[in-house]
Amino acid sequence: MTAASPTYIKTGRPFWAGRRGTGIAFVAPAIFVMLLVGLFPFLWSVAVSFQDLAGAKQSGNWIGLANYKKLIADARVWAALGRTLLLLAVALPLELILGLLLAMHFQIERPLKRLFVALIVLPAVISPMVAGSIWRLMLDHKFGPFNQIIGWITGEPIVLLWVIKPHLAFWAILIAEVWQWTPFMFIILLAALANVDREQLEAAEIDGAGRFRVFFRIVLPAIMPVLGIAVLIRALDLFRIFDAVWQLTRGGPGNKTETISIFMYIRGFQSFETSYTAALVVILLIVLSLAVTLALKRMEIAR
Amino acid sequence: MNRRYALGEAIWYGVSILVVAVILFPIYWMFMISLKAPEEIFKSPPAWFPSQPQFGNYAALFLDGDVWSLWNSLVIAGLSTVIAMILGTLCAYAIVRFRTGGDNLAIWILSQRMIPPIAVVFPIFLAYAAFGLADSYPGLILLYTAFALPYVIWMMRGYLADVPVELEEAALVDGYSHIEVLWKVTVPMARNGLIATAIFAFLFSWNEFLFALILTRTEVITYPVQISQYFGSQSTFWAKIAAMSALGTLPVFIVVSMLQRYLVRGISLGAVKG
Repeated sequence: MTAASPTYIKTGRPFWAGRRGTGIAFVAPAIFVMLLVGLFPFLWSVAVSFQDLAGAKQSGNWIGLANYKKLIADARVWAALGRTLLLLAVALPLELILGLLLAMHFQIERPLKRLFVALIVLPAVISPMVAGSIWRLMLDHKFGPFNQIIGWITGEPIVLLWVIKPHLAFWAILIAEVWQWTPFMFIILLAALANVDREQLEAAEIDGAGRFRVFFRIVLPAIMPVLGIAVLIRALDLFRIFDAVWQLTRGGPGNKTETISIFMYIRGFQSFETSYTAALVVILLIVLSLAVTLALKRMEIAR
Repeated sequence: MNRRYALGEAIWYGVSILVVAVILFPIYWMFMISLKAPEEIFKSPPAWFPSQPQFGNYAALFLDGDVWSLWNSLVIAGLSTVIAMILGTLCAYAIVRFRTGGDNLAIWILSQRMIPPIAVVFPIFLAYAAFGLADSYPGLILLYTAFALPYVIWMMRGYLADVPVELEEAALVDGYSHIEVLWKVTVPMARNGLIATAIFAFLFSWNEFLFALILTRTEVITYPVQISQYFGSQSTFWAKIAAMSALGTLPVFIVVSMLQRYLVRGISLGAVKG
């Protein structure tokens, strides 16, 4: 845990005497800035969520829990939440499995491997907003190459209106998302696989354990902590997905691809339902803060 | 046996090249559109190579003044990164060496990273409107500093902990103050990690879209916001989308390819030391 410390410094006081204050002084500026944009907005949202602010109105009336009641009865919120969770439930396993397969493929040391890995990682460092734009161009039904390629495979020209048809728009978002973030899973899992104990693997091989057995008994448990963190990071990113959806569909057609973040943006910044959006902000912040804190405490990342 | 090995190797290279090609194709497409003449962009079926590569689309960005958005991104991401690095390194040092706040503070800081930005920015927008901070450098720099801080603290916590504590103890005994120890002993030892952290923090801010979309109007729009404005309800400016995306992405690619060693640790929040 804490490393051995000198028994005294030149003031002659115990080493820790001056440190508590110093520690707090070192921490204070950063915490202050974070609270300024973290705590303040939360408190403000709580206050506003009990009022009826909307549009250009400068002062609201206190209306108690009305916004929260409205929120619970609002089918559009539930639809957006359901859609966000569906996207998460489909994209996350896809990214994880594809990333893991890729990582296992690139486990071998061969010439050019490093180059391949460096190239595969590129989508994950692009601005998600740019990634959304790229896919908007890729998926254009007339001038994009995606339909063209599908046409070659199926043997006949095909026109799929990716960002216009409701049932395709979801897939368009999924494609962009999986394309951008599978490399993220890949690079993290590749590093995790490299850290698996070689001797243990060799011992298992000598014992004649099959490949699947070795994977599930030795490899998977060994990469589990890292895998857990990668999944947590991606799950939270997927839950707040905004940029790519915004570029591809702006939540449309209608509100068929509206995610929670898009819903909040439209309600808060386009229809200016200030108090109503604030109520959703409060609920989201409380639920997510609890969930994240619990998840982090259970994971080794805190060590 | 040898033959089978050679076959296996050939298959491995074949699969690898296919994977790389599929993954890079959209990026290739972006760069290629940026080099096409405007008429050629709207050709159906699309051409896979520009018949006459040209830089007119890039020139248009400079002539129309759109590149100012890159400058705004640079100023905002750059200054907020510098401030976040200074405050964040101090904070991380206290967490590592003095155990200020214990694990709870560290977890709270990390949880700040994971909250949906839309939930944070909504009240900030109203506060900024009241204080006149919207669409200004100070307002955005403040927000981006706060956005970068959890990342910087979390990463520096790991890099600073890697520095042998004995060196610091020796310096303390020599009469250095804690701030001198941090500045003259610890930071030089953790220099590589510090630089990597600063660059990744910069890239996250450089790529950020939602805060900028909400808090900028005309004065300090960043490059992702600039790109989003090319998607209009009437017409979409493909040439500019592609060229501006390329300008915003190319520096990222260059920097990341130089930082391969730090990449895994940088994007996994330090979970993998790689």
